[in-house]
Amino acid sequence: MNNFPVQLNELKTAIPTWHSTVDSAGFRAACATIREHGGRLIALWGSDERARGQGFALHAALMDAPGLICLSLPLAAENPAYPSIIDIFPAATRMQRAVYDLLGILAKDSPDTRKWLRHGAWPEDQFPLRKEFDLKQQYPLSGDAYPFVTVTGNGVHEIPVGPVHAGTIEPGHFRFSVIGERVLRLEERLGYKHKGVEKLAETMTIEQGAKLAGRISGDSTVAYAWAYAMAAESLASFTPEPRAVWLRALLLERERIANHLGDLGYLGNDVALAFGFAQFWRLKEDWLRCNQAVFGHRYLMDSIVPGGVTVDLKASDHGHLIKQGDLLEREVRTLRDIYEEHAGAQDRFVTTGRVKPDLAANLGLTGLAGRASAQSWDLRAQYPSAPYDQLDVRMATHRNGDVAARLIVRFEEVFESLRLCRLILDRMPGGTVFTPLPPAPDNAFGIGMVEGWRGEVLMALHSGKDNRIERLHPHDPSWLNWPLLEHAIIGNIVPDFPLINKSFNLSYSGQDL
Amino acid sequence: MYPIIKQMLRTGIKTETPPEADESLRTVQQRLQEDILRHFGRALAIRHVDAGSCNGCDLEIHCLNNPYYNIEGLGISFVASPRHADMLLVTGPAAKNMEIALRRTYDAAPEPKLVVALGDCGCGKGIYGENYASCGGIANIIPVDVAVPGCPPTPAAIMQGILTAISKSKNN
Repeated sequence: MNNFPVQLNELKTAIPTWHSTVDSAGFRAACATIREHGGRLIALWGSDERARGQGFALHAALMDAPGLICLSLPLAAENPAYPSIIDIFPAATRMQRAVYDLLGILAKDSPDTRKWLRHGAWPEDQFPLRKEFDLKQQYPLSGDAYPFVTVTGNGVHEIPVGPVHAGTIEPGHFRFSVIGERVLRLEERLGYKHKGVEKLAETMTIEQGAKLAGRISGDSTVAYAWAYAMAAESLASFTPEPRAVWLRALLLERERIANHLGDLGYLGNDVALAFGFAQFWRLKEDWLRCNQAVFGHRYLMDSIVPGGVTVDLKASDHGHLIKQGDLLEREVRTLRDIYEEHAGAQDRFVTTGRVKPDLAANLGLTGLAGRASAQSWDLRAQYPSAPYDQLDVRMATHRNGDVAARLIVRFEEVFESLRLCRLILDRMPGGTVFTPLPPAPDNAFGIGMVEGWRGEVLMALHSGKDNRIERLHPHDPSWLNWPLLEHAIIGNIVPDFPLINKSFNLSYSGQDL
Repeated sequence: MYPIIKQMLRTGIKTETPPEADESLRTVQQRLQEDILRHFGRALAIRHVDAGSCNGCDLEIHCLNNPYYNIEGLGISFVASPRHADMLLVTGPAAKNMEIALRRTYDAAPEPKLVVALGDCGCGKGIYGENYASCGGIANIIPVDVAVPGCPPTPAAIMQGILTAISKSKNN
């Protein structure tokens, strides 16, 4: 790449990726350049390199037009600190706070240094991802006084909600400041599901990590498992068999369809159109049962592993899957017409929970919610790895950024994924589906990124000796989208929050780790 | 309205027969008397608590409300508050950051109450185990009556767990 402030080295992985080791000034200059190009921040994570005779390190993954750019910034062993980048990428705020909670690496000059993932489970002066911290060490719960931002004024009151919500939803806390029914401000507090995933990964071999990767956010198990496999394969300079990657894409599109069907049903349910819930969840159940029958698991867990896949299609499955796809398409078209013509439902969908394109660009809204706010990013279309390079994926984008737009994007993506499933089934190459991976070199860095149904799922994998995981950072697109939900609700009424929240449908487990 | 009715008629009734109770899922002997069970069996209110799952088990709980399992057709409904609940359906390992919320939710549910723990994690056999941020199985935090393994357990298995919890123990 030309005219870039730091020297970049190309990494061998399934999507175009460059890496650079930078100093503090270079780190900020690279971030600023990418921002000027219209690029965005994907992930920020730290690592403890002291066992290698160094200090700590901060790593960032950013998206620029040519592809993914990874930066590593070596830091001191004592009082590690780096310059904050939230003035360049506001989306970095929570990530910087999480990096501090887990590693004690401080973002200098950051206006928000409150804790994020640490509640009361471990003391303030202990950092779980430092190597001397014992995974099994349990500390007594300490008090968790969290300084929420308070809104004051005549008639303002607060509604605290959660972590246990009024429905089958993951736990998180929402603090609404309202006047009457209207929301002035929402502040999220997440981290309730933090269960030590990254620390646990460091006790595993690269092979063992695949099972954990598939359980970081259950609704995206395929996307995570594929991103993990991609990272492991890039470490070992390994290219999986063609049939394996075609099967992976089939699984990923089936996961996208299953989740979109569920959300389309719930969006009906949340506007009192119970008919929509019953219909879409019937279709989703048929889809999941087909997964069970053909691939042996309703959610396709443990189907993708480094080296290939653990499932295969029989000749007889082809016709069955094609027929099921055609049937589903007809049903979804009928239901889309009903949703579109339902005045009561449309009245609730249109203009509700709006994120305008300029705000979405500024804060880095991504994935399907981003595409509903004119953020045209889709890895499958822009940086197509095999087999997407042969499928010509059509990206769905809209400009309105409201619940209705996120609904339409889901409908369009269901139809597009059905088209892709058909193409994949028809063009599926023969051959084997799994080859054992050669051992990864020590102290190497691999990265994988997959466009899951919610947005891009990133896996950063640093290898250790004997094919072990030295550091694993899984990154959910929800990190980028949660802050936008706080904006989407402003000016809406409290009873519309469940609808708006569902239209984003973000992962708690994926960001709490 | 016409397209909606047409679609409903075309779809027909999808609901399947619910599974039988399974004694092997019990972790403790049935604590409730027969007259209470008779009431629970006809109108059970469940509060789901996700204590730290990967959200896989939660996906299957959602499915209980689809037309195939139609759990409301059995008189079992999900309620918004633990104060309205007869049963807590708990998923996940108990994340340490959820420990207080889980205890408080349990305390807020009126007696007599039942707890069904879901999934390998809920049963204490999950991949996350016990560590600085995870307390392991749900029974490490609150009493559990029935535990349903699986990663995730199927909707039919979850239903079986719920029905076991409200059925008279055959071992009594």
